[in-house]
Amino acid sequence: MPTDTLPNPEKNPARSTGELIRLEQVTKRFGSNTVLDHLDFSVDAGKHVTLIGPSGSGKTTILRLLMTLLKPDEGTITVDGQRLFPASDKEVREVRKKIGMVFQQFNLFPNMTVLRNITEAPVTVLGMSKDEAVERAKGLLDLVGLSDKCDAHPAQLSGGQQQRVAIARALAMRPQVLLLDEVTSALDPELVAGVLDVLRDIARSTDITMLCVTHEMNFARDISDQVLMFDSGRVIESGPPEKIFSEPEHDRTREFLSAVL
Amino acid sequence: MNWDWSAVSDFMPDFWKGLLVTLQILVIGSLVSFVLGLVWALLMRLPTRWVTWPVGVVTEFVRNTPLLVQLFFLYYVLPEWGLTFSALATGVFAIGLHYSTYTMQVYRAGIEAVPVGQWEAATALNLPLRRTWTAVILPQAVRRVVPALGNYVIAMLKDTPMLMAISVLEMLGHARLFSQEHFQFTEPLTVIGVAFIVISYLASLLLRALERRLAH
Amino acid sequence: MTSGLWELVLKGVWVTIQLLVCSALLAAAVSFVVGVARTHRLWIVRFLAGFYTEVFRGTSALVMIFWVFFVLPPAFGWQLVPLWAGTLALGLTYGAYGSEIVRGALTAVDPAQKEGGIALSFTPWQRMRLILLPQAVPEMIPPFSNLLIELLKGTALVSIMGMGDLAFSGNLVRLALQESAEIYTYILLIYFVIAFLLTRVMRGLEKRLKAGVGKKPDSKTRAPEPVVVEAVR
Repeated sequence: MPTDTLPNPEKNPARSTGELIRLEQVTKRFGSNTVLDHLDFSVDAGKHVTLIGPSGSGKTTILRLLMTLLKPDEGTITVDGQRLFPASDKEVREVRKKIGMVFQQFNLFPNMTVLRNITEAPVTVLGMSKDEAVERAKGLLDLVGLSDKCDAHPAQLSGGQQQRVAIARALAMRPQVLLLDEVTSALDPELVAGVLDVLRDIARSTDITMLCVTHEMNFARDISDQVLMFDSGRVIESGPPEKIFSEPEHDRTREFLSAVL
Repeated sequence: MNWDWSAVSDFMPDFWKGLLVTLQILVIGSLVSFVLGLVWALLMRLPTRWVTWPVGVVTEFVRNTPLLVQLFFLYYVLPEWGLTFSALATGVFAIGLHYSTYTMQVYRAGIEAVPVGQWEAATALNLPLRRTWTAVILPQAVRRVVPALGNYVIAMLKDTPMLMAISVLEMLGHARLFSQEHFQFTEPLTVIGVAFIVISYLASLLLRALERRLAH
Repeated sequence: MTSGLWELVLKGVWVTIQLLVCSALLAAAVSFVVGVARTHRLWIVRFLAGFYTEVFRGTSALVMIFWVFFVLPPAFGWQLVPLWAGTLALGLTYGAYGSEIVRGALTAVDPAQKEGGIALSFTPWQRMRLILLPQAVPEMIPPFSNLLIELLKGTALVSIMGMGDLAFSGNLVRLALQESAEIYTYILLIYFVIAFLLTRVMRGLEKRLKAGVGKKPDSKTRAPEPVVVEAVR
């Protein structure tokens, strides 16, 4: 694996340690439906955190709030000590550079080649030279096992391949935080393993903070430092995966796990 | 009914001249309508009513009133305001403006058809708004709108004879001139009638081929 | 503007409305006859109806008007009153577009409905009258509403033939006053108001017809479908 394509702890001494993401008293409503109710929540740098819980419990909403795809109704959100909400557009653009996201439906740009999908943002947002961006993109494609697909268009790839490109695209921005929103639920079962292998690799070999919503409990057990159980917009239980999966304290957690495992 | 082939051959030189003007109107008018329509569609997406309301009212007005009267308006009123253009330029602008109020709706539908995930991915990559439009949204929207825009080009073709009313000598203008000079109405009018049918038929075949290519 | 000139404009409005009503009726008749013929079981009927549609949609309404005014009279020895000549040209042209609407709505009716009619041993005409049309007609109203607006705009073309409609009255007033901005603004506004009223009437009609088959009218106003040739099938 080319070492220079990924953020590396030794190479980034300035990279913060300690608390990286902080949500305070965050409330989000959709109409009369309160999805998050005065939620307090924080993630330390370099940790891999998995959010589990029944659908509609607000897990995805947290990822979307962090990606600024949604705005909270109340509360504050900070990332790496900088405000994400409330904040000016300029501040938001600055903080957002630290965050990358991989979507359930991949959301690759169908009008661009695989390579352009990956180089577009580094060139236009980070001001990277085209040559450098292409070189890095090729390294990342190598990492996700798709180095032969540079010039393909997304429509020519399988769902699993598209999702791996989407992961490479997110990593190309050198994010400190990677948000993974049910990245395997739109995939055919036989394609899931390839995508999860890539993510395991990244989790093992980098210092990227990962925030992950998934229904793949084995994957969650594998990569997580911490698992949070959500129900009705609150964290009802949290802890290391061994503890949550083998001896959950809360009845709701037990019910949920017996339903999905 | 008496048909005079010699009148047809006498008319043909004028016919070709008229055809050239008709095609000029069509090409430039289409370009005007494509560009203006896009401008309207983008303005209508601005978050302020101070823009969307006037643009909405004006385009609704232009779309629901006759092109012919709009032609008269521009042809006679602009000089009163001290703006003098040739009849052809006025006519091309009028027809382009009229059709831009249709193409704006094509663009709107095309833009709305781009999945919301594309906007979200652009936000997640921190792309600036302008870049999101030019690199992500519009390229995808344009691909979707080509067939519909093509249909409006064909519709516009059949409105080009109206420019005759402001003295532009396109196909129908030449046919009328020829008829008045030679007192032969049947032949020139039939020739251009057939020409319109043939051109719009060929254009629709062309469009269908284009649609098939874009589908890939 | 003097009251005499306003009277001229009002006369123009009246001619435009007469022409609109007559050509709309002819266009509606043509739409249904040709549109139903295009779903006929005999290929020759379908072919002739399709040929009619292609020819009349392919040509320009204004060229058609010239043809009816100048070519028909010497060729067939008819001299039509201008109103009927205008009605004929507009009705035949816009009827061709309308036939597409009728055909589209008829083919969009669930085929199971037709099978239901066959099971009840209705004749083809009974199926058309009792099953297909009542379901298809409400669906035709929104596109017909757009076509009606296009027809209204098309009526202005007869002014080129010297027929005294609204657009023509505008030209007369311009000549009388030697001033154009004011009168053409009024003329455009009058057309706009007529178009607005027509849209309202058609929406009311849609509501009533859809209530008849237990449906709600389209919540959104549809993008007007103008006179457009679709790719030939």
